[in-house]
Amino acid sequence: MSLTEDPIRLLLFLACTMAFVGFNAAYLVWVERKGAGRFQRRPGPTEVGPAGLLQPVADAVKLMSKQLIVPPGADAILFRLAPIMVMAPALMCFVPIPFGETLAGRDINLGLVMIFAFGSFNVMAIMLGGWASRNKYAIISAARIVSQNVAYEIPMLLVVITLIMVTGTMDMNEIVRQQEGWFWNWNIFQLGANPLMPVTFLIFFICMLAETNRAPFDMAEAESELVAGAFTEYSGMGFGLFFMGEYAHIVIGCSLGTVLFFGGWQSPFGALSGVPWFLLKMYTLCFIVIWIRWTFPRTQFYGLLNLSWKILIPVSLGTLILTSIMLKVF
Amino acid sequence: MNKPKLDLVPTGPPAAPGENETFVLNLGPQHPATHGVLRVKLTMDGEFVVRAEPVPGYIHRMHEKMGENRTLPQFLPNTSRIDYLSAMHYTHAFTGVVERAMGIEVTPRCEYIRVITSELNRISSHLVWFGAFLLDLGGFTPLLYAFDDREQILDLLEGLTGARLTYCYYQIGGLYNDVDDAFLDGTREFVSYMRPRLDMYRKLVTDNIILRKRLIGIGVISQEMCRKYGAVGPVMRGSGVAYDVRRAEPYSAYPEFDFDIPVYDEGDSMARYMVRMEEMEQSLRIIEQALDKLPDGEVNVKVPRVIKVPPGDYCYAVEAARGRFTVRLVSNGKPIPYRLKLRTPSFTNLSLYEEASQGMMLADALALMGSLDLVIPDIDR
Repeated sequence: MSLTEDPIRLLLFLACTMAFVGFNAAYLVWVERKGAGRFQRRPGPTEVGPAGLLQPVADAVKLMSKQLIVPPGADAILFRLAPIMVMAPALMCFVPIPFGETLAGRDINLGLVMIFAFGSFNVMAIMLGGWASRNKYAIISAARIVSQNVAYEIPMLLVVITLIMVTGTMDMNEIVRQQEGWFWNWNIFQLGANPLMPVTFLIFFICMLAETNRAPFDMAEAESELVAGAFTEYSGMGFGLFFMGEYAHIVIGCSLGTVLFFGGWQSPFGALSGVPWFLLKMYTLCFIVIWIRWTFPRTQFYGLLNLSWKILIPVSLGTLILTSIMLKVF
Repeated sequence: MNKPKLDLVPTGPPAAPGENETFVLNLGPQHPATHGVLRVKLTMDGEFVVRAEPVPGYIHRMHEKMGENRTLPQFLPNTSRIDYLSAMHYTHAFTGVVERAMGIEVTPRCEYIRVITSELNRISSHLVWFGAFLLDLGGFTPLLYAFDDREQILDLLEGLTGARLTYCYYQIGGLYNDVDDAFLDGTREFVSYMRPRLDMYRKLVTDNIILRKRLIGIGVISQEMCRKYGAVGPVMRGSGVAYDVRRAEPYSAYPEFDFDIPVYDEGDSMARYMVRMEEMEQSLRIIEQALDKLPDGEVNVKVPRVIKVPPGDYCYAVEAARGRFTVRLVSNGKPIPYRLKLRTPSFTNLSLYEEASQGMMLADALALMGSLDLVIPDIDR
């Protein structure tokens, strides 16, 4: 496919992706606030619109009307650039995700690699934002996020390599197509290829939480320690973009989990496959992410690194070896 | 944009390679972890605390000086504003010292009601600590649950005293008013409501693996350190010193009740956590016994119209929610005291923070601060 083939379709998809990301960021915040309210025996937002449904709009208007302050002594260019660098790669990550059999930005045969390539931009952007802020809390946060992401990228990729060995392809649409039929065809139940598949998924999910800086691994943004971490000095939409980026990454992570483990847009009983199944699975995972945040306290930083280096990496290496043996022998 | 010029030249010579390079992090006076306006000057080496120097004084209101400038009944409302979370205990200590000095014997019914309200206040104070401590550790939800329970105590005490936080319920020689049936029934109901809630907290929070990993073995305060800095209350009992004013220097009606003093030898944050959680259970026990044995009769005794303390030096200590609170009253026979010294538990507990937090990581140091249960107005008074 070349660029000249159908520019309108390309443009349409770009607009749709941005709208999807924006809508998700806005309404996942609503779900998060509403859900947090329910977990904490309070109603959550109720004032703006029915059941507080217009709250995200009000939030967005408020954020956009705030002055963008660059702190004195900060590196102005990097400071402004960082929020954009969070958002733009996050949008790119949506390109290869197959929402339905025929609904994907681009059917790229290296889709998985592309997502990980653009997904790792997030770290650099937050680190630059923290560094450029010229704030001690932000710098501590930047240092934390780098070591955290380095630690969790490894087990994440090991898990994905395990999956690639099972599926034999990095084309996301192809991965979904392989999981056709009843739900026991989903990768998470491919115990023949890897008897530890549920463990593999668990590692993937933990790594996803850590990569997206969600509680209980929200070291970069630990309110009670670092105020707001790397985002301390950001005001208005600068902060808003970081926030949207966080939710965009949750959506990407959950989409990835859905595609890799839960059969993407395949229905659990072999018929009526389509986009709604994908969205249902993806939002269930998103809800679990939110659920975890409001249930657990934050881990300690070295506890986090210990978990990665001493447990997750050995276990994921073990599953990798086990899978390769299983695939070779059987 | 108008940008002020900043002096970007670092002070002192740059650290040689291999030498430790430290920086100063000003934690507070506005910081989520300090629960108020406490400032801590942290000298950090990366994420490790080299030195933590608390800088109190941002909410100093000169309560002691105020005590030297007004009559004793006029000072009474001040006492509930020193530690606003355990106002009952503080008014108890103040009325106690005046009663001791003037030789006033309050009625048994009054003592029992004082015990009931004090213990209710202890539970409500510990519930705030529980929520805020979990918030320090990044768990948001327990705060709202704890406040839900605390709300019931506040409602009960509001019905009785008219105030929700800064009660001025104890008066010299008695109480502001007698308890009514609504309060007694409500308190009984609360006791039976609170026990399952504490069980739930034990299952959901205390047994949580992340919480245990963050608290066990972290922030150890030795017995020796407690003695050196004069630590009191749950901080000391978490270090294995079984000192509780209710037992050591019995006051009010406490000798008549059967209750345990929870003591843990570990001295870590978990020990302090467990001490407070168990204290809530013990408080429920005391309240239950006091409700059963509540004597009839008057609550107030006759006191002179003008409260004048005979010359001398008097002292009275209570076990407040954060530990031993002592009021020392020096009188020269006039209605206005010569000196009123308030020794507050948060201040002594804060003083060991500098030594205890040495070499800890920032997050652990803040967890340690949370486990000390500091109330900033109590430090500054």
